[in-house]
Amino acid sequence: MNPFSALTPIVLLGLTPLVLMLVISFHRSHRLAVVISLVGMALPLALLAGTATSAAPPLAPLLIIDGYALFYIGLLSTATMVVVVLSYGFLERVPGNREEFYLLLTLATFGCAVLTASNHFISFFLGLEILSVSLYGLVAYLRTTRTALESGIKYLILAAASAAFLLFGMALIYADLGTMDFTAMTSVLAAKTREPSVLLLGGFGMVIIGAGFKLAVVPFHMWAPDVYQGAPTPVTAYLTTVSKGAMVALLLRYGQYGGLLDYDSVASVLAVIAVLSMFLGNLLALLQDNLKRLLAYSSIAHLGYLLVAVIAASREGSHAVTFYLVAYFITSLGIFGIITALSDERKEADEISDYRGLFWRRPWVSGALSLMLFSLAGIPLTAGFVGKFYVLTAGVLSDLWALVILLVVSSVIGLYYYLRIIITMYLSAPEDPSSPLSATRRFSLPEGLVLAGLTVLLIWFGIYPAPLLSAIQAAVGSLA
Amino acid sequence: MSLAWILLLPFAGGLAAWIAGRWSDLWARWIALGTALLHLLLLLVTWGVFFTRVAPAPGGWLMASKQPWIPQLGISFHLAVDGISLLMLLLASFLTVLAVLTSWTSITRSVGFYHFNLLLILTALSGVFIAFDLFLFFAFWEISLLPLYFLIGIWGYENRVYATTKFFIITQGSGLLMLVAILGLVVVHWQSTGVLTFDYLDLVGTVMSDTKAFWLMLGFFIAFAVKLPVVPFHTWLPDAHTQAPTAGSVALAGLVLKIGAYGMLRFVVPMFPQAVADFTLTAMILAVVGILYGALLALGQTDLKRMVAYTSISHMGFVLLGIFAGNELALQGAVIIMLSHGFSAAALFIMVGDLQHRTHTRELGRFGGLWAVMPRMGGVGLFFAMASLGLPGLASFVGEFLVLLGAFQVNMPLTVLASVGLVAATVYSLWMMQKVYYGANTGDWQVDDTSGREMTVMASLIGATLWLGLYPQPVLTTSGHALAEMKKFAAEARATAARPEGTGSAASGAVAATSPVGGERP
Repeated sequence: MNPFSALTPIVLLGLTPLVLMLVISFHRSHRLAVVISLVGMALPLALLAGTATSAAPPLAPLLIIDGYALFYIGLLSTATMVVVVLSYGFLERVPGNREEFYLLLTLATFGCAVLTASNHFISFFLGLEILSVSLYGLVAYLRTTRTALESGIKYLILAAASAAFLLFGMALIYADLGTMDFTAMTSVLAAKTREPSVLLLGGFGMVIIGAGFKLAVVPFHMWAPDVYQGAPTPVTAYLTTVSKGAMVALLLRYGQYGGLLDYDSVASVLAVIAVLSMFLGNLLALLQDNLKRLLAYSSIAHLGYLLVAVIAASREGSHAVTFYLVAYFITSLGIFGIITALSDERKEADEISDYRGLFWRRPWVSGALSLMLFSLAGIPLTAGFVGKFYVLTAGVLSDLWALVILLVVSSVIGLYYYLRIIITMYLSAPEDPSSPLSATRRFSLPEGLVLAGLTVLLIWFGIYPAPLLSAIQAAVGSLA
Repeated sequence: MSLAWILLLPFAGGLAAWIAGRWSDLWARWIALGTALLHLLLLLVTWGVFFTRVAPAPGGWLMASKQPWIPQLGISFHLAVDGISLLMLLLASFLTVLAVLTSWTSITRSVGFYHFNLLLILTALSGVFIAFDLFLFFAFWEISLLPLYFLIGIWGYENRVYATTKFFIITQGSGLLMLVAILGLVVVHWQSTGVLTFDYLDLVGTVMSDTKAFWLMLGFFIAFAVKLPVVPFHTWLPDAHTQAPTAGSVALAGLVLKIGAYGMLRFVVPMFPQAVADFTLTAMILAVVGILYGALLALGQTDLKRMVAYTSISHMGFVLLGIFAGNELALQGAVIIMLSHGFSAAALFIMVGDLQHRTHTRELGRFGGLWAVMPRMGGVGLFFAMASLGLPGLASFVGEFLVLLGAFQVNMPLTVLASVGLVAATVYSLWMMQKVYYGANTGDWQVDDTSGREMTVMASLIGATLWLGLYPQPVLTTSGHALAEMKKFAAEARATAARPEGTGSAASGAVAATSPVGGERP
């Protein structure tokens, strides 16, 4: 098989923003832009179905297109399609040019695809920068509003700083190992029997800082609440799913090849980060009244859970990470999707009080939202439960009892704020008839379909996860 | 025969009631009632079959059906019914019928969704009672929280949000603790046999070190103790009971508390015999503390519903005492109390609900002299007060007598203390009658006596209580058989696993799920 044909998914993802750019310069049409981005995301998916069985050809030294990369590319581009559908309704309501939004969005996904397939520090950094630069634009897309600008600048400065850390870390690791290729690192590391050098550990530390920023884990989480709140809601959905998912995919691969997880000291640093994220995320979420801020903290906690599985990096751990991520994607996209779809020109439905009595007006929507929140809380029959169960299993199988117990304790804390949102929807509607009811917007057909689809998937993977599990085992199996 | 109908029937009925509720409240009520009655009827038939076919056959103590579910993790959809499951299923089904009847006029808001929740409780609890896969058990255990959460949160009384949130968080927290214990057990089993499975019949004979057994036992114990509830873990119960609508209280007292006891009988006792033996004294002390503390606090309440809630804590203390006394008499007694308390607590909560529906108060101080205006209700109240204090001839006497008899052989001083609880029960039962029905009608209440529907509910509970009190033998046979077989099976499985050449695969012929684990740890 021609090694370049294996690259087709990534090439197609890279072509999409180019095509979009050309089309926009000739003819501006919001609908057309949406269609092009959807097709651009769907084409690689269709190809994936064909190539998934073929063996991974070596595309040394930058990229490696194995089942693992393909699985993640599929996941990320599907999630992007959901975001595109949600963005359409959202952008219709705001003034200004809309088409460039999709340009940035597809470009960011291209960066993510490079991240998941990278086998080298260069492609790692390139992918990350493509992603980050697009995100600067996306976060501040509503440039006339103050909050969007504020969060854009905040994200820009912190992301740039973290990229510097990352580069420095890469340089240190290169200085110690003499290679930037992940596969080569494995053999270099295998040849070493002595203790890791200070250079290598320092490099690992810097890489963790760089990755930790993208994942918004404590103590690199400071940007998350403000950016989540200030960014357009579809972008928030993108930040919390695709951007973090790509980083996790890379971290797993690098951890497997680059020896990140082989050292106890690195594992304990990650453990501390995980524990801090779980507790700080859940505790601070208790104090929030704004749904988007609350979800930012909740996301910090969830990435903490995920890190537990990353640390339990036996093969069981990588499966658990991937399953958890899929469940988390479905849930987060669903929740942010509902927030987006309920908002209208007058007001964004992002305060918890906006949802008071929603059940009595919109039973289906609030039912779906309740399911999503139960999934985040890890209640059975939802994908989130199976994910959490899998993470706990991975932890127990690797004898990480302390982390497992802490995970359980912190998720009990987290339960409170999910329940708070849910019960709000079932309270009686506000008595004051003069107050305009927020969260009343009708869904468009595509929005409704996408949200219904996500809800069905949520239940489907919660009740019958076996097919997804075997798909993940096949895909992640190619990593090791 | 597949056992899935036990779950599918109430679930489908619940969905149908929900949908029908969009057009007509009455339809929703009838569909729910019909479903619950059919469920009850089919279970009674199953009980008959159980006697004639399953029970006498050697080794045939189970009706089981098993399908692979998540083979990667050794999880199967394994349902099974033995005598204890069957008794609990009958109780659940029976009380659901009554719960539907008792909300016939008192619930007027989103009736369809309400009945969906009621039947979902039945589904989930049935699942808890028949799940023979620990993952499945845990899933049903957790699902049972959701409908109760909504039942209390939507149709409850004034302080419902606080009560329902507290209930959910505490019970869910304890559930997660159980999940960790389950995982621990599975990993111990996997390490010693190389088979990753969540199947009860495989895990029941797991051989492990005493320390591990103790910690895992403690994990299960605490999870079940929160539900039961055992005293330091009981704080959610008075709030949840008081704020729940009547049917919610019936479900809580009659069923949810029972899954705690059921879990101890099914998992803690057979799986960790040594750890349980070491823990007996502590658990029995906790039980006696619960009996006395519950009774004492019942005496101190001014809210009638809260008072009944505290009596539940006291009665559940006897169940714990029986389970940990461990001999056959005491275990049988515990099963009887689970049933009898299901009847009497349900009756008392329904009575409180009917009173509150009429008088819009639960304050003991505002009642008084109600016998004059509602003699029928007063008679019912007197009957269940007597049942609650353990009058011979009624159900709880049988259970409490057996438990005390069994516990006496294990620990005499604690049993003596526990029987003081019976005196306290007499005091609070009579005190309740005194406050509510006797004396002058100071509140000047002019209310209707019980309606025919309410009387039907009460009459069926009276009948059940009398039957269990006068002729408990069929129940004792059913549960005794199951208890003995369960113990025997666990001992045999353990012996097989401990044999050095045996690789420990259990006798049940389970599918040995190949472990996907590639980890290098032993």
